Amino acid sequence: MPLAVFPANFKNLEKIREFYARAARSAGLDEDAVYDIQMAVDEAAANIIDHAYGGENRGVIECSYEIIEKGIRIVLHDHGKAFDPDLIAPPDVSSDPCSRKPRGLGLYFMQKLMDNVRFSFNGDGGNILTMEKYKENSC
Amino acid sequence: MEIKTTPLKRCMLLEVAGRIDSSTAPQLSDIFNEITEGGEFHIVFNMSKVEFISSAGLWVMVTAQKKCKRFNRGEVYLAEVPKRIYEALDLAGFIPYYKVYDSAAEAVGSF
Repeated sequence: MPLAVFPANFKNLEKIREFYARAARSAGLDEDAVYDIQMAVDEAAANIIDHAYGGENRGVIECSYEIIEKGIRIVLHDHGKAFDPDLIAPPDVSSDPCSRKPRGLGLYFMQKLMDNVRFSFNGDGGNILTMEKYKENSC
Repeated sequence: MEIKTTPLKRCMLLEVAGRIDSSTAPQLSDIFNEITEGGEFHIVFNMSKVEFISSAGLWVMVTAQKKCKRFNRGEVYLAEVPKRIYEALDLAGFIPYYKVYDSAAEAVGSF
């Protein structure tokens, strides 16, 4: 499983997106899927920095992936506070954005853009986020 | 990310090239604030060279729209929105709150 470890700061979001874009292309995913993956990992990593670590440069994000038959499986591992996706209310995307709280869109994007999103918390081991994206012709 | 602003007779033309994420969104926010603090609330945001936008960038756009539309003093129009950027705006449910134009010239002419 290829692994890259990035200090958890916003400057590294581009590197994290590029790491997974290269991985997704090598897995044979098309450019629309590559873009979806870049959006999802950006939101995931930004959430880790903001919520798991509560700010920049307070830990690392371990990024790994596995090329699977259907596409790619992405794993982001942090050592921050436990994240429970069930506590995040989904955004009401039909309401006026000007009256919405600027929260919850990242997780919503991840769930909309990826085919499978799972969170687990490993005690002292931190959060493990696993996301899968499948090639268009597989389901 | 590169930002260019061009003051025009009836509005400010804002062009951004590159990626808008949590790292660069604060710069975009600063530019919108500069424009509105200068008293201009009619803004055309030409997005043709925006390669990527995350939710952090989308919220900056919403904040700017909210500020411009206040007291009916203006509005942010979007122009030349690339397909993937449009899809992100749409997924977030933000498209109904913007007038979107195929060309910046058309958007500028609409003010």
